[in-house]
Amino acid sequence: MKPTDTSNPDYFHKVVDCQWACPAHTDVPNYIRLIAQGRFSDAYMLNRESNVFPGILGRVCDRPCEPACRRGRIEEKPVAICRLKRVAADNRDDIRDRLPKAPARKNGKKVALIGAGCASLTVANDLIPLGYDVTIFEALTTTGGLMRTNIPQFRLPPKVLDEEIGYIVDMGATLHLNHRIESLKELLDSSEYDAVFVGTGAPKGKELKLPGRYDSENVHIGIEWLESVAFEHVDSIGENVLIIGVGNTAMDCCRSSLRLGAKSVKVMARKPRGFFKASEWELEDAEEENVEIIVNHSPKQFVVEKGKLVGMLFDKMEYKIDDRGEIDRGTAVGEVMIPCDDVILAIGQDNAFPWIERDIGIEFNDWECPIVEEKTMMSSREGVFFGGDSAFGPKNIIWAVAHGHEAAISIHRFCSDLDINDRLAPGLKLDSQKMGMHEWSFSNNYDPAERRLMPHVDLKERFKKIDIEVELGFTAEQALQEVERCLNCDIQTVFEAKLCIECDACIDICPVNCLTITANGEEQELRTRLSAPAENLTQDLYVSAALPQTGRVMVKDEDLCVHCSLCAERCPTGAWDMQKSTVLIPYACHESPPTPQRAKASTG
Amino acid sequence: MSYIAKPKVTHPKIPRNNLGLTVRDYEGAVSTLCAGCGHDSITAALIQAVFELGIEPHRLAKMSGIGCSSKTPAYFVSQSHGFNSVHGRMPSVTTGANAANHDLTYIGVSGDGDSLSIGMGQFAHVIRRNLNMCYIIENNGVYGLTKGQYSASADVGTKAKKGPANKQMPIDPVSTAIGLGATYIARGFSGDKQQLVPLIKGALTHKGFALLDIISPCVTFNDHEGSTKSYSHTRRFYHHVIDTDFVPPAAEIKAAYDEGEAMPVELHDGSKIVFRKLDRHYDPTSRAAAFTYLRDSVQRGEIITGLLYIDHESGDMHNLSGSVDKPLASIPYQELNPGKEMLAKVMSRYR
Repeated sequence: MKPTDTSNPDYFHKVVDCQWACPAHTDVPNYIRLIAQGRFSDAYMLNRESNVFPGILGRVCDRPCEPACRRGRIEEKPVAICRLKRVAADNRDDIRDRLPKAPARKNGKKVALIGAGCASLTVANDLIPLGYDVTIFEALTTTGGLMRTNIPQFRLPPKVLDEEIGYIVDMGATLHLNHRIESLKELLDSSEYDAVFVGTGAPKGKELKLPGRYDSENVHIGIEWLESVAFEHVDSIGENVLIIGVGNTAMDCCRSSLRLGAKSVKVMARKPRGFFKASEWELEDAEEENVEIIVNHSPKQFVVEKGKLVGMLFDKMEYKIDDRGEIDRGTAVGEVMIPCDDVILAIGQDNAFPWIERDIGIEFNDWECPIVEEKTMMSSREGVFFGGDSAFGPKNIIWAVAHGHEAAISIHRFCSDLDINDRLAPGLKLDSQKMGMHEWSFSNNYDPAERRLMPHVDLKERFKKIDIEVELGFTAEQALQEVERCLNCDIQTVFEAKLCIECDACIDICPVNCLTITANGEEQELRTRLSAPAENLTQDLYVSAALPQTGRVMVKDEDLCVHCSLCAERCPTGAWDMQKSTVLIPYACHESPPTPQRAKASTG
Repeated sequence: MSYIAKPKVTHPKIPRNNLGLTVRDYEGAVSTLCAGCGHDSITAALIQAVFELGIEPHRLAKMSGIGCSSKTPAYFVSQSHGFNSVHGRMPSVTTGANAANHDLTYIGVSGDGDSLSIGMGQFAHVIRRNLNMCYIIENNGVYGLTKGQYSASADVGTKAKKGPANKQMPIDPVSTAIGLGATYIARGFSGDKQQLVPLIKGALTHKGFALLDIISPCVTFNDHEGSTKSYSHTRRFYHHVIDTDFVPPAAEIKAAYDEGEAMPVELHDGSKIVFRKLDRHYDPTSRAAAFTYLRDSVQRGEIITGLLYIDHESGDMHNLSGSVDKPLASIPYQELNPGKEMLAKVMSRYR
């Protein structure tokens, strides 16, 4: 193999699995260390830089970081990254004076944001401090989009939404609530705006057109029903409820049903466990509330008698799972009728753009999704940008935030008459963390503590009202223990081949057999000759230049390194060093501003 | 040295030996020697060898004298027996221990100072006794613990960190041991575990005195230019004369060898050592040939390594003295000590 090119910022960034997996590249290890130091406001602000809504995401993020966490490969459970984010949010001081502010002098550019969800709000957050005049149009009477309408209050209290959305709106966005844009053509033709951003989500719940679907009023579409619950248009449901689908919306529907009077809630899954769309933790939370999840039942018919829904007919399914873990389409092996009073359909969402004319230069694909350029978020019509679920179909909040940041960069460049493709690349800086002979700037010892469990409101208490937040947040003691579980993956093991005397000290001390000195070879073959099997192909090998004395190479399998620093501590020549990598993610404020006033504003 | 102990966390797929233990179960305290010390690499090789042989920790005794080398028994197999004895006196303490209980596996760790200066007499006599032990000399050519004066193994012409070159002839433990009649003689290098681990396994299995002279650079006082025991000098001049594979008792010899190259030797417990001769003419069972080869290599400036001599048939101390099969330590006190009257009876024979 060739020596690893660490000048490419992606190499060390990838080692920080959580940050790499986060669409918005939140600097996780850094904020966890700030929490460990009790610097909650700093941790909050660091989070806010990349993910904008730490309080919201600390409760309801999809957490792509946690399955990626290195700790989860060394022991069973990853670091509770998401819930530590909430610790930062829960314990922060009033940080309003630390937020970016709109400059006194505007730059004269006007941007329209359609939809007041997380994507649009991120764009506003990035552009207002640069002097843009930002107008947000929202069809509903309140902000937040799906965060408010689709996530039940017992998971995400409105107060948290109001606060974090308020930070952005209060920077000086013009907010038009209850103002549905009925025609994009009209808006564009008005030429009032220099750029338009569409962040309208994927608002259409999928239908299940089976016999009997429209014969009763007791069949609901999940996201519409959740919205009605959020706006208190619905305050009750039948005693026996069936939820069709096992995604995260299904989990919100079943748990909301329990709070509106349902006595028995069954979630009907077509496939077996392991093939559910819902996150493991959301399933756990639903099952804790005695929701029954029934597998291998494929819906067949709504059974309606005398205009009243009495149950639903299912095919019982059997599946074959092959060696690669892939499941076949299944075969029906019998029928069963399950009685119920209400059915909620939670089988997915679709995009819907009845308000975008098809002759205004915005191209759509076969799935009625606009064709959006992935890096710039621009549609096929110049100056019209998309983000969040409206861009590439339903994803999640953190993806919408990531889209918002990228779109803001594009809008800023577009409005400055700069090429939107010629944007700043991410950078990376490295700083040694050595403080003395055996002292590092971080807590380098491996803490064997297990993942802390989130305390919940008592099962008897929590159903009394729909807005009782179930998760209580970590206690100070729990947070203190959980932060120590972080392996500080951003503190990189950096190797300088020319200093190495091949004494093997690092290899002998490494607790997880990451290191090998051996003859070079092709990657596939080299992976078989290391101190421990390097079977995780998603994790890179860090290969040195030829070593001075024997011409062999130092190979580090990044997979399981616990970043304990012992290799660097035992190295007599300083060939190994622990260096903190900071990934420099460019935001709109870093793009070269056309006027000096803007440069000043962007440093906030 | 390190402030934190090596974390207990392990690779999730760490292998286990016949006892169900992992290599981590054979570790000791974290070393307090200088970072990069060759001794620490030897410690790691010892851990690996003992793990691979599947020795029960409590059936192992670690013996040492004084010096950097003699600190190392603290750094492997914490759950075994150990005796850190007087400077240069490890051989006699081990003789005593072995006399009382020959069922244990004995590892003596010594250095060039401990063995070739203050302990030279003890070293010679333990060889004569053919005591069943693995005797390791961690050889770095200096007295590291007292700031790097030349030891008895320093080569002529080797330079100290600051100061003149050494003029006195070195004592070579390998040729000394050949002369004194040792029955398993090998030389290795701390920076070459691939060679070292099988040599240690052979030494631990060999019944009789097994000497391992291991070049172990002192990073602090003897790893500079001009030193003949530095990492770089050793790497430049060392030669494998013979490679050895260790094959446990029940296992078959699997590797393919070229004809004339491979020479298996069966040890007392049924395990085998397969010699892979890199020099076809070398005969590791001839004491005279080994001595000649060694002398010639010194003239060529080569550091030759490998299992240089083996005599797997001569008996150890217990065979030579005709002691009972049962370890004395396991014989009940009543039997072992027949009492005052019996003593008087025995003594009366000599009156």
